[in-house]
Amino acid sequence: MSTPTDTSASTSNDMRPTGSSSSSSAHRPRDERRLPWYHLLLTGLAGLLVAVAVLAIADALSVASAILLGFVLHLLFGWGYSLVREGPRWAKDRLMTLLVIGAFAISMFPLLSLLWSVVARGMTRVLAAKPTTLAFWTTDMSGIIGGADAGGVSHAIVGTLLITLWASLISIPVGLFTAIFLVEYADQGWKRTLGRGVTFLVDVMTGIPSIVAGLFGLALFITFMPDQSVRMGIMGAVALSLLMIPTVVRNSEEMLRLVPMDLREAAYALGVPKWLTIVKVVLRTAIAGLTTGITLAIARVIGETAPLLLTVGMVTSVNWNMFDGRMATLPTFINQQYRNGNANCMSDTVTNPVNQEVYACSISTNIDRAWAAAFTLIVIVMILNIIARLISHYFSPKLSR
Amino acid sequence: MAAPQPINVEDLNIYYGDFLAVEGVDMQIRPRSVTALIGPSGCGKSTFLRTLNRMHEVIPGAYAKGRVEINGEDIYDPKIDPVNVRRRVGMVFQKANPFPTMSIRDNVLAGVKLNNRRISRSDADELVERALKGANLWNEVKDRLDKPGMGLSGGQQQRLCIARTIAVKPEVVLMDEPCSALDPISTLAIEDLIHELKEDYTIVIVTHNMQQASRVSDRTGFFNIAGTGKPGRLIEIDDTDTIFTNPTNTQTEDYISGRFG
Repeated sequence: MSTPTDTSASTSNDMRPTGSSSSSSAHRPRDERRLPWYHLLLTGLAGLLVAVAVLAIADALSVASAILLGFVLHLLFGWGYSLVREGPRWAKDRLMTLLVIGAFAISMFPLLSLLWSVVARGMTRVLAAKPTTLAFWTTDMSGIIGGADAGGVSHAIVGTLLITLWASLISIPVGLFTAIFLVEYADQGWKRTLGRGVTFLVDVMTGIPSIVAGLFGLALFITFMPDQSVRMGIMGAVALSLLMIPTVVRNSEEMLRLVPMDLREAAYALGVPKWLTIVKVVLRTAIAGLTTGITLAIARVIGETAPLLLTVGMVTSVNWNMFDGRMATLPTFINQQYRNGNANCMSDTVTNPVNQEVYACSISTNIDRAWAAAFTLIVIVMILNIIARLISHYFSPKLSR
Repeated sequence: MAAPQPINVEDLNIYYGDFLAVEGVDMQIRPRSVTALIGPSGCGKSTFLRTLNRMHEVIPGAYAKGRVEINGEDIYDPKIDPVNVRRRVGMVFQKANPFPTMSIRDNVLAGVKLNNRRISRSDADELVERALKGANLWNEVKDRLDKPGMGLSGGQQQRLCIARTIAVKPEVVLMDEPCSALDPISTLAIEDLIHELKEDYTIVIVTHNMQQASRVSDRTGFFNIAGTGKPGRLIEIDDTDTIFTNPTNTQTEDYISGRFG
């Protein structure tokens, strides 16, 4: 605890000469009692040092524990130091600032560490794919057995994109039209009652667990199909749209309500019919928010695993047909590869039974592929986000001169 | 344009749901002139104005009963489409509301474009120029027609809204406190414009500003309300000079002279 005392000695001349007598501070600006922000670094350092020392003595030293205890001690030291040097009001301010920063760090930590692991492990694998760079994105898993250090996710990329596209084709019109009904038409009489009912059901739908949506998709098709073991891409799309519709409705409704009544009235006063006002004024004004909301809805379902495991299953090669046969998707692929675990490498090479190609054997190949597929999924979501951003950038109302 | 006929309002009752907001209005509005509506807040002037182009019923639960004849045709006839009424009776609002997604040019053409009507490039250019000149805005914006309408100043935006309204060639222009959010200079610009517009259009303007009513209008109608929860009524309507110098009704006199309430 020597650090704070040292700094107090070195800075006492210019900061606060003596004591806290009211006569000396009365003719000073109140802010002058504040110390520069870097004093907090010193209390932080002190906290960390004490934490390391205490943990070393207790024989429980690790990076995580040192940072955690160091931060708690920092709260204490910073508050105490500020109380002595700056007074109780600023001490409270310091304490709260530190707490807010701490909360921010805690919330950012999992996000950054997750991104880092996925990018580090996934991108490495994608770039170092055998036999050529990026082959991971252009080949599928047909004929890849055992620990073969080859194969890719082209079939899963195609499946994920197709199923998400179809889920969007179902959900966006349904969701958008529902939102338009709720905002523009459900204003009085029986429509109002119906609107309230729809809002309630949408709220209930928001809470449906994804596995239940999967079971619904499965049950719906099995009821009408002769073959009980039928699996098709469209079944997955229907199950996903069940999860997507409430999000689209909710987000679009919020965005449409933000469009000022003034603009609708301006259009009406020009003799524009209601439906054209909705299409050309309301939707056009809200398009930036609508695309953001729809992108969020897509991002919500693109990583769903459980419903797809039930309805779409898994294959090893590309299937473009949504209405016939199983399809691979990235989330289910990740799940499958991870569950395969470490490969059993009896010999140094594995031979492809289909085309007789010979691959090196790698124990970690399944896990590597799972990481690379996760990275691929994140890249796809990011590209979707960028597209949505561009749309909202080019279509949002322009206010500049 | 055919010989303009007055707007006849007969026994008009205006409701918000069960609530009777304005009661028993009988009024004749002269064509090609400016009629101002004055009165205390909440007396139903704006509500009445909005019934003249059937904008009132846009509000959920709102409706009106009675006759409003424009060009000899009752606009509350069940056979009449409110959309067609609004094409003939334009409206300028209290708050300037240009479409934020459109350029100045597109705002002026909004009545055409939003209705999916085709218009040739040269016709559109001519219409934009004529409407903007009609709204005294052409010289200020002719070099930046493709810039967003929201980038203009408040007074310019309001004149843009007037240009947008007259671009659809209505017979009547309704103005709901068009200057209440503007500074005196912009107000003057709009008032000058109203003087010019009455050559071609029948204008009805709601205003809180009695000086404005006396400056711009030929006739003035005074609305009043007996108390909270009671319906508003048209107390009297007469030539503006008469209303401001020698009103028949004592309520009008009290309001004009500031002795009201």
